[in-house]
Amino acid sequence: MTALTTKLPSRFLPVLATVVLFALTFGVGSGLYDGFASGQVIANLFIDNAFLIVLAAGMTFVILSGGIDLSVGSVVALSTMVTAAGLKAGWPLPLVIIAVLVIGSTLGLLMGLVIHKFDIQPFIVTLAGMFLARGLCFLISVESVSIKDSTFRDVATAVIELPGGVTITYNVIIALVVVAAALFVLHRTRFGRTVYAVGGNEQSALLMGLKTARTKVGVYVISGFCSALAGLLFSLYMLSGYGLHAVGMELDAIAAVVIGGTLLAGGVGYVLGSLAGVLVLGTIQTLISFQGTLSSWWTKIVIGALLLVFIAVQRGLIRERR
Amino acid sequence: MKNRLLWPLLALAALLVLNLVVTPSFFSLRIQDGHLYGGLVDVLKNGAPTLLIALGMTLVIATRGIDLSVGAVAAIAGAVTCVHIGASGDAGTAFAGMAIALVLCALLGLWNGFLVAGLGIQPIIATLVLMTAGRGIAMLVTEGQIITVNNDPFRQVGAGFLILPISILISLAVLGLVALTTRKTALGMLIEAVGVNPEASRLAGVRAKTIIWTVYVFAAVCAGIAGLMISSNVSAADANNAGLWIEMDAILAVVIGGTSLAGGRYSLTGTLLGALIIQTLTTTVYTIGVAPEVTLVFKAVVVIAVCLVQAPKARAALSFRKVATT
Repeated sequence: MTALTTKLPSRFLPVLATVVLFALTFGVGSGLYDGFASGQVIANLFIDNAFLIVLAAGMTFVILSGGIDLSVGSVVALSTMVTAAGLKAGWPLPLVIIAVLVIGSTLGLLMGLVIHKFDIQPFIVTLAGMFLARGLCFLISVESVSIKDSTFRDVATAVIELPGGVTITYNVIIALVVVAAALFVLHRTRFGRTVYAVGGNEQSALLMGLKTARTKVGVYVISGFCSALAGLLFSLYMLSGYGLHAVGMELDAIAAVVIGGTLLAGGVGYVLGSLAGVLVLGTIQTLISFQGTLSSWWTKIVIGALLLVFIAVQRGLIRERR
Repeated sequence: MKNRLLWPLLALAALLVLNLVVTPSFFSLRIQDGHLYGGLVDVLKNGAPTLLIALGMTLVIATRGIDLSVGAVAAIAGAVTCVHIGASGDAGTAFAGMAIALVLCALLGLWNGFLVAGLGIQPIIATLVLMTAGRGIAMLVTEGQIITVNNDPFRQVGAGFLILPISILISLAVLGLVALTTRKTALGMLIEAVGVNPEASRLAGVRAKTIIWTVYVFAAVCAGIAGLMISSNVSAADANNAGLWIEMDAILAVVIGGTSLAGGRYSLTGTLLGALIIQTLTTTVYTIGVAPEVTLVFKAVVVIAVCLVQAPKARAALSFRKVATT
């Protein structure tokens, strides 16, 4: 335990920085605007970003292993489309959910296999996956399909009251369960430790006799599964399926993971950091909407600037380690 | 060299034959008001921005980099020019606007170069910053509106004709210029050297960092000119949609053309073929009558096919053909 506490500062520094940043942005908001520092605003952060939390959790696995997944936004769109089209065709809800999750995981599996078996860069393979998933959306329908299924709508609008009058949706609970599961897998299973090892140094991991192949493919399956699940949450949030949903969401997810302190080179990072990263992005959006006169495009600029700062800090950290 | 271009050439030929079968009128050319019209001319005209951006991307990829920000840079160029032109209709304002836009793009390129060569950040991530923030900047310039202009000299850049569309003439001129400066001087070899091994080339006396800065600036300026074409073609600046996903098309064109994403050898002719293939593919999907959005599925199939053909492991696995002994 003592060894852990002495190690704590440097290992957790990036995550701590993100948490501090979240506290700061939130503090600024509370200082400036009445009603900002309410439980409901915090709850809304989770409600509005539940799908992003799930995406970022999946993306964390991929980036930790030293890869990248550009297809997640498109897989979210495809999932909303399959959900909407499936429900419209009269499929039972459980079947739709299973279909969506299987499609997402299969896409991830295929991309992972191509990346691993043929040694092609993850960037270009997942780019192809991104095209494919978006194209498939439009094969189903070019128009937006609204979801009219009553059970689905009930789940979407159902609220859970927490002590203190704060309400959340089922989306939030699912997102938090995903984060907990990700934490468990990363830190308490052999697979999770192998993910860190592969990201740290693939050659060494291989020489140590770790199952690098299974791990490298596995992270893309996880990311695909998370994207599909995020797509289901997004359908609950939007109540429609559309091929142009979630355009650019892969960038938000990557940004959240990077701001959360995960090194893009792989091997270092935490799911909780990614969660904090999503909350920072959400707070910035909330701040800008509270401010009222600043336009929404400032969000993009601020996220870009934050991304830059965190990447620059990462470079500094890596140089220091060498 | 010839061998590497064989596959892209075959692919382009196959696409053109497909068009001939489906729409026989595709190849008919006619001259009207001194302009050349026809399916092939449309391919050239619409493919000009992609070709231009792909040229810049080729050099960036040759140095083992990648530039994701080109779409956003293109949007910024269009936005700046249109805002500068405003309601004016005279040539001077148009040229001043375009000059300002291109200088700004060069600065954005310097910024990318600084992140990649100066700070040593991975290119994908370094340019991701501008890709994210760039659209915001473009929105800021246009204040979130779609700015329409009515300026004839400006309209010529993207929609004008000198028998052939002016846009493709510009792109081909840039292609010629790049071919001359990189293939008739040592520059091309130096770029390839940096891509093969930056550290070794630095030790050999190549100014690797300067070269990296240069290619990013060049890529950004190319993106800027392409942005001018896109916004000039519709006489409007749309910060959200101008050049959307064009970075993907450009990367695709480069990869189809046989330039490896791992850096090193590059082929400008290959990039030209790649850009033509992509545009022909898009046009073909249109003419066949499939929803244009479905093009993405075809593109995905093409990317995977091309990557598999290029990947040494895949070749070995399929014993597709003997790995070329260069």
